[in-house]
Amino acid sequence: MPKKIENVGCPYCGVCCDDLVVTVSDDGKKILEVENACAIGNQIFHHATGSERVTRPRLRQPDGTYKEISYDEAIDYAARVLYNAKKPLIYGFGSTNCEGMAAAAKVAEKAGAVLDNCASICHGSSFLAIFDNGYPSCTLGETKNRADVVVYWGANPAHAHPRHMSRYSIFPRGFFTGKGQKSRKIIVVDPRHTDTAQVADIYLQVKQGHDYELFNAFRTALRGHEIPEEVAGIKREKILEVAEIMKKARFGTIFYGMGLCHSDGRNHNVDIAISLTRDLNDYTKWTIMAMRGHYNIAGPGVVWSWQYGFPYCLDLTKDVAHMNPGETSSIDLAMRDEVDAFFNVATDAAAHFPIEAVKHLRKHPWITIDPNICMASEISDLHIPVGIVGVEVPGIVYRMDNVPIQYRKVIDPPEGVISDEELFERIYKRLCELEAEEAAKGKAKTTPVGVHAEE
Amino acid sequence: MANKITLNMITQRSVEEGVAMEKGKTTPEYFEACSIIEMHDDDVKALGLVPNQLVRVTSECGSVVVKVVKGRQGLYPGLAFMPQGVWANQIVPPRTQATGEPQYSGFPVTVEPANGERRKSALELVQGAVGMWRGDQ
Repeated sequence: MPKKIENVGCPYCGVCCDDLVVTVSDDGKKILEVENACAIGNQIFHHATGSERVTRPRLRQPDGTYKEISYDEAIDYAARVLYNAKKPLIYGFGSTNCEGMAAAAKVAEKAGAVLDNCASICHGSSFLAIFDNGYPSCTLGETKNRADVVVYWGANPAHAHPRHMSRYSIFPRGFFTGKGQKSRKIIVVDPRHTDTAQVADIYLQVKQGHDYELFNAFRTALRGHEIPEEVAGIKREKILEVAEIMKKARFGTIFYGMGLCHSDGRNHNVDIAISLTRDLNDYTKWTIMAMRGHYNIAGPGVVWSWQYGFPYCLDLTKDVAHMNPGETSSIDLAMRDEVDAFFNVATDAAAHFPIEAVKHLRKHPWITIDPNICMASEISDLHIPVGIVGVEVPGIVYRMDNVPIQYRKVIDPPEGVISDEELFERIYKRLCELEAEEAAKGKAKTTPVGVHAEE
Repeated sequence: MANKITLNMITQRSVEEGVAMEKGKTTPEYFEACSIIEMHDDDVKALGLVPNQLVRVTSECGSVVVKVVKGRQGLYPGLAFMPQGVWANQIVPPRTQATGEPQYSGFPVTVEPANGERRKSALELVQGAVGMWRGDQ
């Protein structure tokens, strides 16, 4: 009899839907049906038991082809790359569990690496703004139960977070929002008339890259000062109308995304959005929330803050952790050729970094740790497959509002395939052994002051 | 009819891109979902093109051939869209304004008809860029 497993978490976007029902074949090896998930989540579960899965580490040969090797050999190779590198970069972590992130941090600390996650190219701008200005936020349940005005600014959940609107922000009937969509005003700000804008009551077609001016106009109008006839492509009357709606809200939430973080101004678009939220709290209750991308991209922020005090761009090359995005971010380090080994973990830097950055990183050893074949795995020296979190590996993940959710395992990973956590624990152990071997030889790893080895 | 126009490019998500990516970055689905550009009708006409023709898109740091697609999500004239992924990232400027974040949205590109050229696969683009492309295997 096929088995139905309930309350399954979806390992795709930051909404972290945990209401999936997955039907597994009676031998427990095949996923037959996925209920409640969006099209993307569905694909993840079905892809997991596809025939194209890689089940052994693969090492690049001199002729350019891959050869399967054992996990022990792969772990030794990875540990040696870290041991020999002066400044390795360990990047990714959008799509793994917190246990894997903590284990990877231990390895990074031992190796004296730079440790960074996808926030660096995603909501890193938000962190910078939060450092400057604070984060008046809420949980998604509060929006569901209370919000009568919802703003999506530079975010397109219809495509990026497909069930966000139906689970938390627009359609659900909450405790104080019993009429569902009818009890809420939806405002969308975006240069494109997106599918999200289709369901909005008010759509503001802002000129791309001019969000800062529009926020400024809102803040100015709220304080009762004059604003120009048109700002960022939006007419004065429209701005005043929306400002009035925001002022009269009982409870409002601004959800924002890459429209702010990836455009000119980056963190300043976000910090003025936070300022607007703070201003609005002089009149009524307003909250703001970053539409975090991957299902556990909030995880490294939480785990590494707890371990080192910093959420991303961690320079662990000295005794104390240091963080300065712009200096210690993956892209900036790559473009300045400041790292000499690259670990791509639970992400695909080869597809999602600008190609110029990929070219710089590929001058050095490149190791990919990922369940699937992706662009990063196809330009690696070594590809180590791992189990898929949420499908084959359980664990804690953090939703976009930093609420931790326990993900379940629905099937076993392919025979012999290990988890990220186990892999990093074993790399850590091997690093310690290499250190001990070196110490036993009596050769100090540190060179005398003023002398650089091999230079 | 111009033979080249300058547009403001944004690269963002699409649900087709998300589904295709999870199916696999080497699949035909990913190729079709991501090797495209959406423009306003006026801009397509200005280039003397009709949908489904190929164009060469060039930014300050790279160039890529993609297909013109009539998008469902409306753009204003002068604004262009590509789904995030391998093709978009051939032209995304890596400058970060000292924040770590590349200029994924809001960078100038020129668009021109790609006469006689073809779209390259994801593998050919990425492996080709780092000197690992071994031809169709």
